[in-house]
Amino acid sequence: MVEFYGESFTSRLILGSALYPSPEIFRQAAEASGAEIVTVSLRREGAREKTGQDFWRLVQSLDVRVLPNTAGCRTVKEAVTTAMMARELFDTPWVKLEVIANDDTLQPDLFGLVEAAATLTGEGFKVFPYTTEDLSAAEKLLAAGCEVLMPWASPIGSGQGLNNPTGLESLRAYFPKVPLVIDAGIGAPSHAAAAMEMGYDAVLLNTAVAKAEDPPKMASAFAQAIRAGREGFEAGLMPRRNMATPSTPVAGTPFFEFGDA
Amino acid sequence: MSLLKITLNGETRETDAETLGELCASLGFSDMKIATALNGEFVPVGRRAETRLGQDDRIEIVAPRQGG
Repeated sequence: MVEFYGESFTSRLILGSALYPSPEIFRQAAEASGAEIVTVSLRREGAREKTGQDFWRLVQSLDVRVLPNTAGCRTVKEAVTTAMMARELFDTPWVKLEVIANDDTLQPDLFGLVEAAATLTGEGFKVFPYTTEDLSAAEKLLAAGCEVLMPWASPIGSGQGLNNPTGLESLRAYFPKVPLVIDAGIGAPSHAAAAMEMGYDAVLLNTAVAKAEDPPKMASAFAQAIRAGREGFEAGLMPRRNMATPSTPVAGTPFFEFGDA
Repeated sequence: MSLLKITLNGETRETDAETLGELCASLGFSDMKIATALNGEFVPVGRRAETRLGQDDRIEIVAPRQGG
């Protein structure tokens, strides 16, 4: 079980709802993933199309907890107002807080993120900050009242996997009790498994499933990889060695004579 | 009745609505899942009816959408 802000979940996969070929394929992928938390967003609603209403009915039919994001926000003010609109719209104090610094990398503006997080936790929000593996930013986010951290693996939508595994391991080691979720950059089930083997509590992904040739099958593959990685972490990985060491007993090897070699 | 020039979801338009509530109703949003902001500040659903619109106001009306 993994716990976020006092609520327990069995699944350690948090699934994004964007970029699927169709709403039906998203529904199938969400079910195949076993995800109990799905990220959503909000966007301008056209008076004629009213496209958001159908999407909301689909999400409601999934029986999942929603985690609204502030994707696309570039300033603290935009992020805070967006979070407030999301809280009313989705009737939840949870928010995946994004303050974006750069269009090419979509990397978080850590200074704005800390400021927005402090404002929102003061307003009663349960903030899930999209951050980097930076330790000082992590400390400031925790001081601002965040009880979960969501470092990127690599840029959003890039599928590059864990670009700084050493940094991610340090973050895990520095904050052993804080729920840590890898958010963004995961491309393959093996990336997710590697993050889970490091002891990360969960993985949030979207593009890797939505842009697969068969999204429901990929959702299932990720679910298995995340379970396998978690079990591997819990079982305790063997220490890594630079040199070989035989697994088959040396004693009793036929034809072996002392003084050989 | 004088028309107000407003910016709704980034587009300039004129409206005879005097409040944010009237504007939402005139667009067919009365029973819809939406949230609103006026000039960058969140306006809760309970305050739309009393929130008066002014010349050159910037209004955002948002709804649930896919997100990662």
